[in-house]
Amino acid sequence: MKSLIKFMDSFGAILLAIIWIAPLLFAFWAATHSTSDAVNLNLFSAWTLDNFRVAWAGAPWLKYFLNTFLLVTVILLGQFVLTTLAGFAFAQLRFPGKDYVFILVLMQLFILPEVLIVENYAMVSRLGLFDTVLGVGMPYMASAFGIFLMRQAFKGVPIELHEAARIEGCGLLGILWRVYVPLARPTYLAYALVSVSTHWNNFLWPLIVTNSPETRPLTVGLSIFGAPENGVDISVISAATLMSVAPLLIAFLVFQRQFVQAFLRAGIK
Amino acid sequence: MSAHANLERRRQAIYGWLLLSPAAVLLTLFAFYPSIATLWSSLFSRGTRRRPSEFVGGENYTDLFADPTFWLVVKNNLLYAGVTIPVSIFIALSMALWANSKISARGFVRTAYFTPTVLPMIAAANLWLFFYTPGLGVLDQIGSVFGLPSVNWLGQPETALWAIIIVTIWKEAGFFMIFYLAALQTIPEDLKEAADIEGASRWTYTRRIVLPLLMPTTLFIAVNAIINSVKLIDHLFILTKGGPSDASKLILYYIWEMAFAFFDAPSAAAMTIMVIAVLGVVAAVQFFYLDRRTHYQ
Repeated sequence: MKSLIKFMDSFGAILLAIIWIAPLLFAFWAATHSTSDAVNLNLFSAWTLDNFRVAWAGAPWLKYFLNTFLLVTVILLGQFVLTTLAGFAFAQLRFPGKDYVFILVLMQLFILPEVLIVENYAMVSRLGLFDTVLGVGMPYMASAFGIFLMRQAFKGVPIELHEAARIEGCGLLGILWRVYVPLARPTYLAYALVSVSTHWNNFLWPLIVTNSPETRPLTVGLSIFGAPENGVDISVISAATLMSVAPLLIAFLVFQRQFVQAFLRAGIK
Repeated sequence: MSAHANLERRRQAIYGWLLLSPAAVLLTLFAFYPSIATLWSSLFSRGTRRRPSEFVGGENYTDLFADPTFWLVVKNNLLYAGVTIPVSIFIALSMALWANSKISARGFVRTAYFTPTVLPMIAAANLWLFFYTPGLGVLDQIGSVFGLPSVNWLGQPETALWAIIIVTIWKEAGFFMIFYLAALQTIPEDLKEAADIEGASRWTYTRRIVLPLLMPTTLFIAVNAIINSVKLIDHLFILTKGGPSDASKLILYYIWEMAFAFFDAPSAAAMTIMVIAVLGVVAAVQFFYLDRRTHYQ
């Protein structure tokens, strides 16, 4: 009886797992076979890389990759600087009005940038940042979530280290840089993984703010490439899709444990 | 001594505000000012070349309430939320219980569950297109084996929204699973032993011990799922574009369409304000009500 239950458990879990990755497996199948073979699920048909060649030639993918890469880097750097400074102020300094400002910051957690697209678009245009990578990245830099995360990390640093550094003659920014930042390294790593995968995958805001292949990130490029008006067939779309998710997917498969830990650490605090 | 303390206090205040200022400027530019500007512009009429926009009070709101498409979109979004939230939580819980138990191929199972989380919604939509396409799609192929007729899953009003819902559940269940998984690993082993000694069945153990202990995690996940039911709309752009005849249109997509396809910014603003109000209620409930009721220690 017990072994039957155990078997059923394994069976159910594995069945669900197969269903869960089936879309990816089918895309892989479609991308590596000619369209007619893919559609007919012809199991013994020949493998081919033609779809990748066609897809690669069909859009400036290299430019899109570079744009996405630049975008996530700019956002991450901006977030690191801004959330470190603000998180430190909230965690370790005492000044009037701090609690009120902190509540204001927390409110931003619920006013999603996605919801404010209309006014944020107007703001980006006003600043002359329309169709620039900086324009895509700027609304995300002062992330309330990041500020909160850094505040929690800095609060966990023993005050003795702070005092010791001060007695050694370290200034406030020096203490932040030499004591707090190194000790919060795991939080930075977690935050970086979450931020990179969020913005690698972000779509709606970049769609609104970019208007040329010069700035367009992968997700927007992929949606234009796959639009029905372009009449691309399913094998080629699958190839393009796999190409654009490959870097993140491979990184995830290699650093799986870190990814999961990062999402957990970022989510629970 | 008190002069020194005073100096120190002033120094901290100056540093505090200086360190905050970069974040404060950006938050003002891209969160606080836009929120207020949205509220403001939702009270004005849409300006045209001949007639400049003028103050109309709540007219944009009453116009929306009189618009049947608005109500259809609200209904769609409620159904979207009402199905994706409980179903993805339930699947996430099952996944976590399985991924935490001693089954074979556990590593593969965990990876498979979590993988959709790292994919962009746009890519996910492209993958699912291959399932849904009439005639050629995988679902139709499977159906034809059993002699079922071809179904245009994305092209008919009865099924389009459901097709969207399935993609969302697929995308977020694995993400929610990891929070359950983490919570499960904090449950002490002796509770299970005690339950075994008492002769409690596995079902009783799960229902009476595991589920109550997972309650705070469930609430955390539920809040995230509520936010996602507003936010996750990228796949609409690929799969249905809100159609056919608005059957799968969701609120954020409608806001986008109003503002950037119909150029009706005031109506988009009015809808945005309503969404913010709903999210604000969720936030308030979470802060003041649920947070207090779910910590048992």
